[in-house]
Amino acid sequence: MPTDAPLLQVEGLHIPLPGGSERTYAVEDASYTLANGEILCLVGESGSGKSMTANAIMGLLPEHLTPTRGRILFRGRDLLTLSEAELSRERGRSIAMIFQEPLSALNPLMRIGDQIAEVLEVHGEGDRATRERRVAELLDFVGLPDPALLRDAYPFRLSGGQRQRVMIAMALALEPAILVADEPTTALDVTTQAQILELIRRIQRAKGMGVLFITHDFGVVADIADRVAVMEKGRVVEQGRAADVLDRPRHPYTRRLIAAVPHREDAATKAPPSGPSLLEVRNLSKTYRPGGGLFTRPRVVRALDDVSFTLRRGETLGVVGESGSGKSTLGRCILKLLSADAGEIRFQGRDIVPLSPRQFRPLRRHLQMVFQDPFASLNPRQTVGRILSDGPRANGVSATAAVARARELLELVGLDASAIDRYPGEFSGGQRQRIGIARALALDPSLLVADESVSALDVSVQAQVLELLKELQVRLDIGIIFITHDLRVAAQICDRIAVMQNGRIVESGTPAQVFDAPEHAYTRRLVDAIPGLHWDPRAAVA
Amino acid sequence: MRTLEFLASRLGKAVLVVIGVVVLNFLLIQLAPGDPAAVLAGEAGAGDELYLAQLREQFGLDRPLHVQLLSYLGNVLSGDLGYSYRNQVPVLELIADRLPATLLLTGSAFVFSLVLGVLLGILAASRRGTAADTVIMTGALVFYATPLFWIALMAVLVFSIYLPWLPPFDMETIGAGYTGWRRALDIAHHLVLPTVTLGLFFTATYARITRASMLEVMSLDFVKTARAKGVQQGRIIRRHVLRNAILPVFTLASVQAGQLVGGAVLTETVFAWPGIGRLMFDALFQRDYPVLLGVFLVTAIMVVLVNLAADLLYRIVDPRIETAA
Repeated sequence: MPTDAPLLQVEGLHIPLPGGSERTYAVEDASYTLANGEILCLVGESGSGKSMTANAIMGLLPEHLTPTRGRILFRGRDLLTLSEAELSRERGRSIAMIFQEPLSALNPLMRIGDQIAEVLEVHGEGDRATRERRVAELLDFVGLPDPALLRDAYPFRLSGGQRQRVMIAMALALEPAILVADEPTTALDVTTQAQILELIRRIQRAKGMGVLFITHDFGVVADIADRVAVMEKGRVVEQGRAADVLDRPRHPYTRRLIAAVPHREDAATKAPPSGPSLLEVRNLSKTYRPGGGLFTRPRVVRALDDVSFTLRRGETLGVVGESGSGKSTLGRCILKLLSADAGEIRFQGRDIVPLSPRQFRPLRRHLQMVFQDPFASLNPRQTVGRILSDGPRANGVSATAAVARARELLELVGLDASAIDRYPGEFSGGQRQRIGIARALALDPSLLVADESVSALDVSVQAQVLELLKELQVRLDIGIIFITHDLRVAAQICDRIAVMQNGRIVESGTPAQVFDAPEHAYTRRLVDAIPGLHWDPRAAVA
Repeated sequence: MRTLEFLASRLGKAVLVVIGVVVLNFLLIQLAPGDPAAVLAGEAGAGDELYLAQLREQFGLDRPLHVQLLSYLGNVLSGDLGYSYRNQVPVLELIADRLPATLLLTGSAFVFSLVLGVLLGILAASRRGTAADTVIMTGALVFYATPLFWIALMAVLVFSIYLPWLPPFDMETIGAGYTGWRRALDIAHHLVLPTVTLGLFFTATYARITRASMLEVMSLDFVKTARAKGVQQGRIIRRHVLRNAILPVFTLASVQAGQLVGGAVLTETVFAWPGIGRLMFDALFQRDYPVLLGVFLVTAIMVVLVNLAADLLYRIVDPRIETAA
């Protein structure tokens, strides 16, 4: 075996898509190398084939996707020619992998310790006692508290970040030469993401592993990469040292992607909104009491704890926080999808909290919502025309007028009027989110609540949708409550930002105040955890 | 501790459910047409009004309905299920006499269908798309769709009449006087046809559910994790897929287990199996209400107990249940 062979070399990899697909190849002529002790980031949007090359390395592709050409050389040995049995000896031992969804990546019915020990067991490492010692060591190494207790816990007891640490412990068990990380921090909160990135960097240095890190987030790339390969539609369009690709991108696609990275607008571009107050929230509280039966005492979760703010016409208020901070509950309470326990929500001067559903119904058209998931929030069995005209028709508009309005709306959100007879399934995620926005606007609302409305979208699409929201707001003079976990996105679109933690607004102010002079310790933690904080994407593509 | 609390609260509810069932059954049976006294009198060959009135008085049938209900309820709660109008023996004795035969039959059918169904389901799922899969799933569909009584009659026709392999009815060879192992073997021989007949429907259901559930679990992320760890396919199926895929099968099995007492009426009648099902069938025709009510009660208690056991077992099979409960 040649000792000077690179750790991992992907050469001219082709993976064809099954017939009838949009393009012929999921991965087309992809080549890149990973050297010992470096972190190579594979960046691209959804459908770029970045995850697929990673799965090809591990031999984990589904049966209908088989590489037809190219080689994947691991220390000079072509992994594509290995049998399943040979490959499963390498998996976990030479190459380990961690996945995006820590919630589903662990077997729910198996104890944490057993899942880690299984790696050692199937590769015939040690006896029961030595394996147990190693498990405890690993749990401690990835920074999990109380390994002895955790060893016997089931995955559902752990938070997302803890589960991802367990996955990493599992991957490290046999000290593999390569760690393949497929979007390992995408599903995590920013502060957790920062910790996991730090952990991966630490162990990579300590063990001298090669890490193939797949991500769509250039901020993460800026934080972690030694080298970068950018993928577009199955091809590697640009690769090089991280500093080169990030600061001097050459390929137009890379430049487009970097330009779309959410960033702070210059403070002077927009005058502070001074319109009349649209929504006043005063001392709003909401408590959940999950569980609790005949004998058990109910747990009490304060989802909203004395929340107060004012929103003006034409203003965008960002509500930022991590999962469980109460930000979605806030949005739902304002729309009366949930009833608040105490406090006032004054919409155009009228308190809507005590209104019965019947009394509230005439007001409902003024308060509309744009949902997070553009796939689940549109009825797949209704045409776009029906989706857009249902609301107006329910409010007494004639069928012809409603359809005419639907055409106007489609134009307003930048879609062709021909979309009216098509079904949601025929549109991409970004287009669907435009339809979702059009639907929210169909009733001429004066308040929009956008709950993580761009979180499920690729960066370039995200940038377009943000641009659209901004434009519509200026044109229609509506107030927007923009709920997001991503401070960068909030900074780009919001006039003011309210930071939530444990159901309380701990700090609020303009983006500049929140970013540059955060007063609350939690805000500082959030800001520090933003990936790629030291890197300025605008300078790179200026 | 939490399990004990859970058990206590569930047992309390179970008692209430059973009392409700007793009351409901009693009232429902009053709605049924027919008069036990008339049936008894008819069988005795006498039909004059005086004899009927005498019979009614003897069994307390002339008292107002709510008095009958209260006295029945009181008796049941003190463990007395009454006397059979017809056989003149305590109902409890009759049921206790027949219960073992039924439990033997339904129990064997339960084990038979569960083991065979799950095995076939696993086989079909792990050989998805092959001939084995097609054969298993087609067979499952056929037995799923065919009525039980037809299968029973055909089984007798084929395996007892054309091919004299298996006895067509009764529980043991009459008059043979076998004892010990010889007797057990004889009963087992008689058990084959009814068991298979009774179990085939559930076998088919288990096979289908197991297969569907296995395929679903195989597509989950943690199975991919296991592959990425280097775990071999066979071990993945055993340790990761099966454990998770068995949960819906478990739910269905608890439904079948609930029918252990009352679910074999048809089979017992066709195969002349001396169990509860036939007791109930006969009692129905003879308007032997105390027996009928007794059987209903035992059936209801069985369902409640099995459900309780299933809920307790669920907490062991799936560790996530406890916090949700």
